[in-house]
Amino acid sequence: MASIKEEEVKLIGNLPSMASRKVEIALQLKGIKYEFLEEHDLKHNKSPELLKYNPVHKKVPVLIHSGRPIAESLVILEYIDETWTQEPALLPSDPYERASARFWSKFIDDKCYPAVRKYLTLGSETEVESARAEAQEGLQFLENELKGKKYFGGETIGMVDVVAVGVAFWQQTLEEIMQMEPANSCQDFPLLCAWADELLGCSVISDNLPSKDKFSSLIQSRLQFAAAASAASK
Amino acid sequence: MAPQGEVKVLGAWPSPFVMRPRIALNLKSVEYEFVEENPGNKSELLLKSNPVYKKIPVLIHGDKPVCESLVIVQYIDEVWKDSTSILPSDPYDRAMARFWAAYVDDKMFPTMREIVAANEDEAKAAAVALFKEGLSLLEEALVKMSKGKKFFGGDEIGYMDIAFGCYISWFKVTEIVSNVKLFDESATPHLVAWIHSFSSHPAVKDVMPETDKLMEFAKNVVFPRIRAAAAAK
Repeated sequence: MASIKEEEVKLIGNLPSMASRKVEIALQLKGIKYEFLEEHDLKHNKSPELLKYNPVHKKVPVLIHSGRPIAESLVILEYIDETWTQEPALLPSDPYERASARFWSKFIDDKCYPAVRKYLTLGSETEVESARAEAQEGLQFLENELKGKKYFGGETIGMVDVVAVGVAFWQQTLEEIMQMEPANSCQDFPLLCAWADELLGCSVISDNLPSKDKFSSLIQSRLQFAAAASAASK
Repeated sequence: MAPQGEVKVLGAWPSPFVMRPRIALNLKSVEYEFVEENPGNKSELLLKSNPVYKKIPVLIHGDKPVCESLVIVQYIDEVWKDSTSILPSDPYDRAMARFWAAYVDDKMFPTMREIVAANEDEAKAAAVALFKEGLSLLEEALVKMSKGKKFFGGDEIGYMDIAFGCYISWFKVTEIVSNVKLFDESATPHLVAWIHSFSSHPAVKDVMPETDKLMEFAKNVVFPRIRAAAAAK
């Protein structure tokens, strides 16, 4: 009888969603075969599968393993690590280090991403400045956490690195493409810069991230939208 | 070999989040020192132990601080692993416990605050309706996860019981102060029974704040703060 690990894995996701990317990266790092079910229009036309498998939040990503759905990216990542125990381990084995990894993963999801998102979409100069300061404060904590380490996971990529891919991506893309003064410049955050280079140098990671052109046009359209909204409200 | 190092919990009696590690330690029969913090005047130890959020609860084991209540509960479960388990052993069941624990923090507690903050009947009714929708999902989750037993964790209190049960006193106080009925035996019979079972559990009853004491604190300190924050938006 086949073990549960060998049973069918599907992932309902969406290409622009960073949360979907993180789960795909984790599955690929572990060498797990899965079928990707793409949601094309999350705003106006969610698929019946999505509504069936994530009735509570109706959001991506949703992992379906032998017919059973799991939602919420951090929950999914831990499920993946506990079900497929081959290398690389996403979480370390020591309880204190595991607690630390869970803490930083939640911090990145709850504080860093929203702060950087705010910085990218706000209108007025003062709002952008305050969002930038908030983002930088978060990034400083991450910079401190990287001292003496190649990755947040130590010598190998771990859960925190996977959760933080967006931070690495923004690190490289904002400065290069946007000629935007990023929240996380290499001068201010040299360890984060080196980490981003290492992480994005791994094909499993970079293969799953949007192309810089695509990302650039997405950001441009968001900034234009924010500028128009801000002008309209004056 | 028993894990080395003494255990301290930095917290405050009204906080639902502080209840979580205390219940977990009680379940594992681990002795600890409870250090009552004054949120208006945070101790050096707290600021040093939780520089990121500067919030309670913090567990200090030996000299190592662990922050964020649900992270602490999992740490306790993993360190004192020879005792009763808090998280189930099956990965799917663990995922369900984690999913619903995140749900109550992300949805139920904020909706409770909306009920408190509402200064018009319509807004209050809408928030109450939203809360009850959440309760009916949790009722279903309880039936599924308990497999016919008393708790989300089955025969014994588990992760989801701790995550959700810590809010019980606050829900009671909200019902009284906002003059609403949130829990209804006809709509959510299992949850109503669960509230009694959880509240009277030996690992819980000494750390759950008394409703009267909490009500004074809520009326005088917390609820005005919630309303002021809502008005400022």
